[in-house]
Amino acid sequence: MKISREEVAHVAALARLTIDEADVDGFARNLGDILAYAESVSRADTTGVSPTAHAVEICNAFRQDEVAGHLDAQNTMANAPESEDGSFVVPKVIE
Amino acid sequence: MTSTKLYELTIHEAKGLLAKRQISARELSDAVFGRIRQLDPEIGAYITLAEDAARQQATQADAHIRAGSAGPLTGIPLGIKDLICTKGIATTCASRMLADFVPPYNATVMEKLFSAGAIMTGKLNMDEFAMGSSTENSAFQITRNPWDRSRTPGGSSGGSAAAVAADMCLGALGSDTGGSIRQPAAHCGVVGLKPTYGRVSRYGLVAFASSLDQIGPLAKDVTDAAILLGAISGHDPKDSTCAKNDVPDYTAGLDAGIKGLTFGIPMEYQNAEGMDPGVKAAVEKAVARLTHAGAKCVEISLPHTEHAVAAYYLIAPAEASSNLARYDGVKYGFRHKEAGGLKQMYEQTRSRGFGPEVKRRILLGTYALSAGYYDAYYKKASQVRTLIRNDFAAAFQTCDIIVSPTAPTPAFGLGEKTNDPLQMYLSDIFTLSANLAGIPGLSLPCGFSENGLPIGLQMMAPHFAEARLLQAAYAFEQAAGVCGQKPDLPAA
Repeated sequence: MKISREEVAHVAALARLTIDEADVDGFARNLGDILAYAESVSRADTTGVSPTAHAVEICNAFRQDEVAGHLDAQNTMANAPESEDGSFVVPKVIE
Repeated sequence: MTSTKLYELTIHEAKGLLAKRQISARELSDAVFGRIRQLDPEIGAYITLAEDAARQQATQADAHIRAGSAGPLTGIPLGIKDLICTKGIATTCASRMLADFVPPYNATVMEKLFSAGAIMTGKLNMDEFAMGSSTENSAFQITRNPWDRSRTPGGSSGGSAAAVAADMCLGALGSDTGGSIRQPAAHCGVVGLKPTYGRVSRYGLVAFASSLDQIGPLAKDVTDAAILLGAISGHDPKDSTCAKNDVPDYTAGLDAGIKGLTFGIPMEYQNAEGMDPGVKAAVEKAVARLTHAGAKCVEISLPHTEHAVAAYYLIAPAEASSNLARYDGVKYGFRHKEAGGLKQMYEQTRSRGFGPEVKRRILLGTYALSAGYYDAYYKKASQVRTLIRNDFAAAFQTCDIIVSPTAPTPAFGLGEKTNDPLQMYLSDIFTLSANLAGIPGLSLPCGFSENGLPIGLQMMAPHFAEARLLQAAYAFEQAAGVCGQKPDLPAA
């Protein structure tokens, strides 16, 4: 299966990745090989088969809505690349 | 008992000696750290050592033992795969993205281990975000196989398997999304157990593919695996997928034997592509041994096996591409600071923070979920997953345990598969079905290749039948006499 350079760029943009020019062909080739292999699933007869999202049946995991222990703001923010007054700081969004 | 070989002890042996006060937790911990200092510069299993904290934990352990208040793991030094959150100790996922991440909380499994009295030696190397089968995708270091240092330890829990094999901890935790506990356990000659999905809480486990991930033990023998599984299992309100099933004493029925158990041998696995003749012979010998020990062995069929790798490598990357969207340089982890606006910051952070295999899987997963391809790839793979799950359910109507090789070959050479991702993926061919079906799987040593590399035997059981799985593995371990053999490493 052939994946074009444009398709790599499109998928990378969806995933918020930029791929170095020098690496685009390599990723295109890898993805093509893997997807060609993955085409195997298309040969399986899945007529009337429902998809599995979780292999072990668990119905709704309800719990009481009770206040419990949680991390305080200071610890929660401790790993933030940039923060100010208990808020995460990001580059300016609106000019 | 001389203090020089304390690091060679199994957990159950050390528990006995600690309880009788023939050794102290401090002596045991010092011996293990001595071993790490001696061997790890060459093996490369640890990313972070937690020696100061471990020394304090050992001192506390000795106090508990003296006071008669020891828990089931008091004084036992364990290594932890570096994707399980440890409060105050860096948890990097072997990624530049999390190189400086220090969790403000413990994963549930860590709370359980610490409350059982365990000592943490440090954090173990892995493939970045657990994506890989050789530990070569770590952003920081390679890990060498203790049996042959020119080979990989397998992956992604390669640091955990190598550390247990080289006696640089008494046991370890790993995680298994498609074989990441069992395959490195096989390649390093130790026991590795992936529990049933939901048996162990995933709270505090850095997510790769949430419907497949499960934490489990790597251990020197089956008894130790049973002890560790008991310590980490159980319901956790912080993980809504964690099962409410009772946790039995997994050590209680270990010696019940295998007479009356039926082992199923999947016909589809026997001539799998790329199967090494030495592995095939070792597994055939193992089956003969099981029969000799009184088990019944029958051929079974898992008809959709040929689609398992394909389904897995659509589902796991799809889930990963969604899970890893959180690494955006905002709340924690790496941020590329020189970027312009918000979008550029996201893109530069993610492009510089992730390594090539992680990017490859994000691209693959995004592709499989993208408009126009969702039905053909992700949905189709999820339907195939149902067929694979049904295959196992049908097979367990006629057998109690399914037995197979863990990996198609013994440990492969460093660099041998790094240029061919698809070949790397195919090394998971026997293991990833258990993740798709959610069933437990265990690998234990069953023999050696011509050039002296360990070979792993995989056993799989129905959902929540870990006790039966451990009972069967223990019986094989006793009959085969292969467990407990050590790589040829210099004594400390």
